[in-house]
Amino acid sequence: MSFLDVLEGLRFKKASSPIHKLDPRVKFALALSLSTLALAFKELLALIALFTAHVPLILLGGVIRQWARMMKGASLFAFFIFLTNFLFIHFHPGYAALSPTFVLPISMALRFLTIVGAFSCFFLTTSPDDLGLALERHLVPFTKWLIERVPRLKGAIDPYGLCFAFIASVRFIPTMVEEATSIVDAQRARGLELDRGGLLKRIRGYVPILIPMVINALRRSDELAEAMESRAWGAVKERTSLYELRLKKGDAIVMALTALAFAIAVYVRISIPIPL
Amino acid sequence: MIEAKGVYFRYPNGVEALRDATIRIDDGELVAIMGPNGAGKTTLVKHFNGLLKPTKGEVFVDGVNTKEVSIASLARKVGYVFQNPDHQLFCESVEEEVAFALRNFGFDEAEVERRVTWVLEFFELTPYKRKSPFTLSVGERKRVTIASIIAWNPKVIILDEPTLGQDYFQKEKLRDFILRLRKRGGTVVLVTHDVEFVSELKPRIVLMADGRVMADGPAESILTDRAILKEASIFPPQIAQVFLELVNVGLPKGVINVEDAKGALLRLLRSMRS
Repeated sequence: MSFLDVLEGLRFKKASSPIHKLDPRVKFALALSLSTLALAFKELLALIALFTAHVPLILLGGVIRQWARMMKGASLFAFFIFLTNFLFIHFHPGYAALSPTFVLPISMALRFLTIVGAFSCFFLTTSPDDLGLALERHLVPFTKWLIERVPRLKGAIDPYGLCFAFIASVRFIPTMVEEATSIVDAQRARGLELDRGGLLKRIRGYVPILIPMVINALRRSDELAEAMESRAWGAVKERTSLYELRLKKGDAIVMALTALAFAIAVYVRISIPIPL
Repeated sequence: MIEAKGVYFRYPNGVEALRDATIRIDDGELVAIMGPNGAGKTTLVKHFNGLLKPTKGEVFVDGVNTKEVSIASLARKVGYVFQNPDHQLFCESVEEEVAFALRNFGFDEAEVERRVTWVLEFFELTPYKRKSPFTLSVGERKRVTIASIIAWNPKVIILDEPTLGQDYFQKEKLRDFILRLRKRGGTVVLVTHDVEFVSELKPRIVLMADGRVMADGPAESILTDRAILKEASIFPPQIAQVFLELVNVGLPKGVINVEDAKGALLRLLRSMRS
């Protein structure tokens, strides 16, 4: 399992599942709600419930394999979160009295996995095009509203540029994964061993991988900017879209259910004590 | 010697890039692997230094199964020059770039210096030795990557699209270098689309399509076989095209480069005079 495999857990693949068909804004609201609640709760029971809540979405979306890869990669970070929390709690008598030693570290690791899982589901089932449309749909009116109130921001914020930068970064994930694979191969072919030696040597081993990746990313962004400008990017102040996002009945139902579940969870958080 | 026996390879995304590919490359051979994009050429040669391991089948390098040894130990024997130089360069200077692999393989500093000086001289890169490789042109960067592999003198050298971005004189130099390597008994494997470059070298040609080896033989017969070339989406070299068009007026068929064409035309002219 490498870092590159983990990135596969963010790569959109076209499909026609019910989750893929949902409006990107609804999916974002779902992911955001789950993440917010994961941050709001620290009780293990609640976090198990939150983590379990997004699994049906993964199954419905048919992206279990990619999601599992992401989870496998994220579990390493989750382990570090667990370890750090465990060590602090274990060696700090005040904290140890507050919570059984293992429960809180497990909760913190699960919190991280819930947030990663929710957003992995979002990126795996949302096309960059839909994401761009959703961003533009909301960022452009918001920028206008902001400029009306703070006139000196005029010219300082380019909402289309911001949307494009975000979408381009999402869209280039597959290219970067491919490129990183090739860079790793090229350095291995020159005798670089990434999986041998002490921790410091292994970290140093990544320098020949990271430098070409950064340089290539900078070079590509430069070329992309030139290509966009030569195709008259920014010539039109107000852009229109060929496709427009419209909330359908199914979207409204999912959105209402998400809001309801979120409200119940907030009520539980405030009013009902959870045992663990 | 490299031997691939019934090699199948499937990428994690499910694409089956090799299907029962079988090939044997003897020591000192010059082999050009050709074929359309997606034919499995690069996937196949990545098996030769262990970067990829077969999903099914086996690859042996000097009798050693590539599944049983590390990439680093295979890389010492099999040097691989990647297609895109920007996937390799990362050092502050050209000389550091060339020395990188030598240090990885444990050469002592005196030897590293000697080899770096020699290889930079050979590839006319000495004036750039203290320059950052990122400031060089594409062609120069490509030369740096080739130099950085040649420096440790591997027994087998794989060149993936070596002529990409090279001007005529650099191609000539590369061709000359390949021929010198062969004279010294080195094995060279080329992965290329450049038929003109290949025709001057007259190697053994392995044609690939759909992950399979579809033809294997001397350049003179493969590069003049229109049916096979069409299947592999390759055009014969220009000289071969002319000779193929004029077979009916008595020109021979297996002519693929300038030298052979000159000989064939002279023979024809002499026979016409007499």
